[in-house]
Amino acid sequence: MSRLIPVRETILAAAILVLLLLISSRFAGFIAPSNLANVFNDTAPLIILALGQMVVILTRCIDLSVAANLALTGMVVAMINVAMPGLPIPVILAVAVLLGAVMGAVNGILVWKLSIPPIVVTLGTMTIFRGIIFLISDGKWVNSHEMSPAFTAFPRMELLGLPVLSWAAIITIILFGIMMARTQFGRSIFAVGGNPHAAVYTGIDVGRTQFWAFVVSGALAGLTGYLWVSRFAVAYVDIAGGFELEVVAACVIGGISIAGGIGSVGGAVLGAIFLGVVKNALPVVNISPFWQLAISGSAILIAVAFNSRSGRTKGRIILKSAEATQ
Amino acid sequence: MSVLKKLAASAAMAAAMFATPAFAQDDVRIALVVKALGIGFFEAAAEGAEEAAAELGNVEIIYTGPTDTTAEGQIEVINALIAQNVDAIAVSSNDTDALVPALQRAMQRGITVISWDSGVAPEGRQLHLNPSSNPLIGNMIIKLAADHLPDGGEVALLSATTTSTNQNIWIDEMMAVMGDYPGIEVVATVYGDDLADKSYREATGLMQTYPELDAIIAPTSVGIVAAAQAVVDAGKVGEVNVTGLGLPSEMAGAIESGASQSFAIWNPIDLGYSATMLAYELSQNGAVAEPGAEIPMGRMGSLTLDENNEGAMADPFVYDASNIDQFKSIF
Repeated sequence: MSRLIPVRETILAAAILVLLLLISSRFAGFIAPSNLANVFNDTAPLIILALGQMVVILTRCIDLSVAANLALTGMVVAMINVAMPGLPIPVILAVAVLLGAVMGAVNGILVWKLSIPPIVVTLGTMTIFRGIIFLISDGKWVNSHEMSPAFTAFPRMELLGLPVLSWAAIITIILFGIMMARTQFGRSIFAVGGNPHAAVYTGIDVGRTQFWAFVVSGALAGLTGYLWVSRFAVAYVDIAGGFELEVVAACVIGGISIAGGIGSVGGAVLGAIFLGVVKNALPVVNISPFWQLAISGSAILIAVAFNSRSGRTKGRIILKSAEATQ
Repeated sequence: MSVLKKLAASAAMAAAMFATPAFAQDDVRIALVVKALGIGFFEAAAEGAEEAAAELGNVEIIYTGPTDTTAEGQIEVINALIAQNVDAIAVSSNDTDALVPALQRAMQRGITVISWDSGVAPEGRQLHLNPSSNPLIGNMIIKLAADHLPDGGEVALLSATTTSTNQNIWIDEMMAVMGDYPGIEVVATVYGDDLADKSYREATGLMQTYPELDAIIAPTSVGIVAAAQAVVDAGKVGEVNVTGLGLPSEMAGAIESGASQSFAIWNPIDLGYSATMLAYELSQNGAVAEPGAEIPMGRMGSLTLDENNEGAMADPFVYDASNIDQFKSIF
């Protein structure tokens, strides 16, 4: 844990660099700093959601409802904005985070109190959330001209050369870095995922920790819901369709073990950036659209195969060092 | 307005259910049956139907439909209209086949039956009015781009998915008429999968790959909105014109920002107008719906029927800054 240079993250970072070099050989403009900033900005929602998902996966759960949560929150805040155009953005942000957290709490309660497997719970709530969007919107779109200028301008506002959307991701990364390494909650998440039985003996409530993991994931999905809808200036039932799988993929590429307990903030962020680079590069390197899906999929498989191999060696080393110290 | 119309429609239905013979009068009664009441698109079509009725003089329009988009609801409405013995039924159907028996019964009673917008199977209607045709749409989307490029230029296509039938046909039809637009070069076709974020990314990619790009043509409503937003965010308003097929309510912002000069889609007012005119011609003026027939439809010219008794009304209607405000609240 206390290694200065984590192997997994270094390999992934190197893979991203190699990828960038390959792309720049076909389209030189891609590695221009301004374009890299754009790529980061475009990847910001994925980074935020991947961090939320990381916490959930670490506790041996999975949250498939993040994209639907995002879409529902986005639709709600968009409709609030249409109804009350004067409402200040901080209030909108608070509503988005709160609503997202409530939806996360619903997942959490079902997992905690009813002990339903998380994949089943979130599969169900995913459909329910999408259904609710349809109910409240009647299937209609909220369009850019109906939103207030302040509402759509917020994620684009530039602070120190970067748009607010990018800052949202950066701040989330910093907060999560502190939370995972320095707080009791962060450590109990690792404990619950690593060995739930041992966690119970140390006085950690496994169910409660999982509940809070879902709340964190939901709150971030809510925040992203507002950022997403204001960035693309449109809200409708199907926004971010299938995005939950991309979020899980980002975590898996980043070395978060689906079995729980293993993973890091840096890994999740790099996993998201890896996918973001691939997604942004494919349109500019002139690859046939028929190949794009296959290439994205292979990238995920290769990264995961790589990770599971490095994960295995890591386990052996720990045992050996443990033996050595005895 | 719509509440009044709904009231009127419900009143008409109630009257029909009691089969009041007192309804008989000299006016020609044409029923416009829509997928569901309360949809802006169909309210606008009813407006066009009223316009046609005013032009014809002795026509009463019965604007009706179920409250939700079900075939069962439409069958009830059609049965009520048969009992009421209207002169003609013009229907935009919720199901190609389910309405056929009810509509056949109507035709047996001497009621003229046509379908418009969303058709029914040939045995259930005399003719079908399509809002447009694939060749007309294919021509229109390139014309929209070319009209703003008098000296030629580079255009790119942003489609839905690689397997979207409609979009692929329209793009093929567009490619077939490229010879009519010298100087216009299609540099790429990309696919946004009808997802806002992917379409946005693809549009951004197009502007990076082709710095000289003059227009993005998106024949899909998700793609055109996302591309317009991407152009605004890239600061390329005025350099890259986004055009294609979209809905006025969704595109109003893009027209306002200048990211899109113009786009096209069917005009529901014209559609309601033409459907009424056709129903009147068949029912009152002895026009016969048969392959090859040309049936007049007032200011919209005439409809030429193909071997399936289907015809295309007109080019898609062009929306721009001059008329967007009128239509953005309609659909």
